Amino acid sequence: MTRHRALIGILVIALAGLAVASHAADQQNNTKGVPFPAIAMGQGETCVEDTDFMRRNHMDLLDHQRDETVINGVRTEQHSLKECINCHVVNGPDSVPVTVSSPQHFCRSCHDYAAVSVDCFQCHASRPGVEN
Amino acid sequence: MKRIIYSEIKGRSPQFYALAAILLVFVLTALASAFYMEHSGHYVTGMNNQVVWGMPHVFAIFLIVAASGALNVASIGTVFGKTIYKPLGRLSGLLAIALLLGGLVVLVLDLGRPDRLIVAMTNYNLKSIFTWNIFLYVGFMVIVAAYLWLQMERRMNRFAKSAGMLAFLWRLILTTGTGSIFGFLVAREAYDSAIMAPLFIAMSFSFGLAVYILVLLAACRGSERDIGDKVVNKLGRLLGIFAALVLYFTAIQHLTNLYAAEHIGVEKFILLDGGIYTLLFWVGQVIVGGIIPMVLVFRASGDVSRNAILASTLVIIGGFAQVYVIVIGGQAYPLELFPGMEVSSSFNDGVIASYAPSLPEIGLGLGGVALTGLITLFGMKLLRFLPASLANATIDPHHSVTAKSS
Amino acid sequence: MSIKTEKSTPTPGFDPVRRKFLSAVAAAAGVALAPGVMLYGITKSNSAAARVSGSAVSSNVRWGMLIDLNRCDSGCDDCVTACSKENGLQGHGRPATDAQWIRKVDVTNPQTGASQSLPMMCQHCADPPCVDVCPTGASFKRADGIVLVNKHTCIGCRYCMMACPYKARSFIHESLEDQKPHAPRGKGTVESCTLCVHRVDAGGQPACVEACSDTGGGAMLFGDLKDPDSEISQRVAKYATQQIRADLGLDPGVRYRNL
Ligand code: SF4
Ligand code: SF4
Repeated sequence: MTRHRALIGILVIALAGLAVASHAADQQNNTKGVPFPAIAMGQGETCVEDTDFMRRNHMDLLDHQRDETVINGVRTEQHSLKECINCHVVNGPDSVPVTVSSPQHFCRSCHDYAAVSVDCFQCHASRPGVEN
Repeated sequence: MKRIIYSEIKGRSPQFYALAAILLVFVLTALASAFYMEHSGHYVTGMNNQVVWGMPHVFAIFLIVAASGALNVASIGTVFGKTIYKPLGRLSGLLAIALLLGGLVVLVLDLGRPDRLIVAMTNYNLKSIFTWNIFLYVGFMVIVAAYLWLQMERRMNRFAKSAGMLAFLWRLILTTGTGSIFGFLVAREAYDSAIMAPLFIAMSFSFGLAVYILVLLAACRGSERDIGDKVVNKLGRLLGIFAALVLYFTAIQHLTNLYAAEHIGVEKFILLDGGIYTLLFWVGQVIVGGIIPMVLVFRASGDVSRNAILASTLVIIGGFAQVYVIVIGGQAYPLELFPGMEVSSSFNDGVIASYAPSLPEIGLGLGGVALTGLITLFGMKLLRFLPASLANATIDPHHSVTAKSS
Repeated sequence: MSIKTEKSTPTPGFDPVRRKFLSAVAAAAGVALAPGVMLYGITKSNSAAARVSGSAVSSNVRWGMLIDLNRCDSGCDDCVTACSKENGLQGHGRPATDAQWIRKVDVTNPQTGASQSLPMMCQHCADPPCVDVCPTGASFKRADGIVLVNKHTCIGCRYCMMACPYKARSFIHESLEDQKPHAPRGKGTVESCTLCVHRVDAGGQPACVEACSDTGGGAMLFGDLKDPDSEISQRVAKYATQQIRADLGLDPGVRYRNL
């Protein structure tokens, strides 16, 4: 039992160390380690919310909006995934918007970096479509 | 009556490890199959938009139905106080949990989105019989586990009987729930009937006991424990009664359906001209899975265990045939959009749907069976599930009395 | 203001009051131009119930459809083509697993040999069995009667497909890419006719109905079954209409005439 405690203790300390180190790396603007992704800008002047706010909370906004849309039929554009996709387009070398299969894709560039998988594009189009 | 002594199986022989390795290979094959199906999409399987539940469901339903039946042996011992069954109770509980887990894993891995299991666990539609089944399955495992513990922990023995009672009631509800998954489908001619629930209960008695007999005999032989003809004979005869019960409810199911005019079409399909389904029904379910096992346990002479093993195997084969006919045959028969009319369309309206199980589906199903085996095997190795001896003299008080006086 | 322009889907955010006015004009024009001829699908039946953008759907509306089989020709499948185009349903050359939201069914009476053709899709039942059986609540009925699959919570168990009496649902058997932005759909989930919910929410009508009136027989009429003044309600009140498998008591929102 004591041996287990010691083990857990070591693990906790190691994890904490890792977290501090990676935070420091972030603040040094990533001089070493995984290169910071090149995130494509949106098209307008500003995003629908502060960039900082969006970084942390975009998933909650999307989640909320998705339920509103699917269940209540509210199709406003403010926090809709469709509008994110329309605005944050990245064109490939052939100047056609890339899909999420390209590492340059707006969502993917960051999600790859953060190693968080995105489930949206199994169903949603990952680039603007031709509306009819 | 003597105190029953239970002990772990040693599990150190090469045969033990060989068996474990084979089972493991099957489990890994199942995982690979599931990954392949999820990765490519279900078009690589035999299922389609007409037959939406395929081979994995046949395996899963068989295992789940058998799970609740496997517990019967314990119930007969504790709830109905039949002493001869008492030593058999622990293994019965272990097997019930193992079968249920095996079945559920197959069911989950065949989902379109198994990665969303957490969604199924957190979003409930309480109107759905499926949801109720999730609760019933989880509850079943908890109750059986508690029941096993109460049996094994001597200080707690006195509560074992009430727990056994609860487990017994729970399993009846559980099988009713499984049967109702089909019974509630009003639009499917083959399923829409109240007889589904009792039929499933009879099936669970029979399949569960058949699996139990096979596992018990294999475990006793593998670990070189005595097992007397008395126990085997008793279990075998019980299996015969259950097999008869299944046939009886099957007969009622089809007779009531024949009575209702709107079901004549599907009845004709299953009983007369359904090709593979008709064959599976008459030869697989009725003859192989019903009549022959009954003859074997009631009439045949010769080695009791050999007859019991044969009968159990046939009941299991017949059981698979029966579940296949219910699940796949019921879907193959077209929905009646316009009763009495002939319909045709680009979406296979009005035609018998075809279904051919694919290798990954079968691999996934067999993996569920193998998982059940692995759990049982290691369960017996780690805890005291198996009685040290089931020889005639150990289990039957009268037997020992006569033995002494002679 | 020609009738032709009025037929196209109004842009989202189009002033509802103005649209209502215009459609009233169009309706009047339609009647005046061709008295006695049924101009199904020409009037903007949806406009009266158009919602303020951003408000939730209301149960004061129940969307439904009336299909006149005398105008539906067995050789015509314009509704099917329009649906596939609108929702981006491409086949993969595997008819048994390819999705079909709407299909043409030919019904023949074996005694008389009389034959009819009709479009079949999700009937948007008032008491939908698919919703009852769905374990996660992914199948649901919107307040306005449209039955949908919430693909965010669908686990692909296919129980709804077992339960639907109309075989209206399809399971997506393969990975998809470049879906229509307004019609998300993906591998491992179940889908069915959405009544073109994105169009309806924008005040329009389903693509099949539009195609049927443009190039088909003009057999389909879309509208609010709860609004006594809507064209569909008036027709349902006036003529004998049928629900398919009415014996099951599911009260489908899709009604048929001359079946
Ligand atoms: S037609 Fe089928 S899918 Fe549509 S609402 Fe009715 S039961 Fe559900
Ligand atoms: S397949 Fe999806 S929508 Fe259908 S019952 Fe299962 S979870 Fe619900």
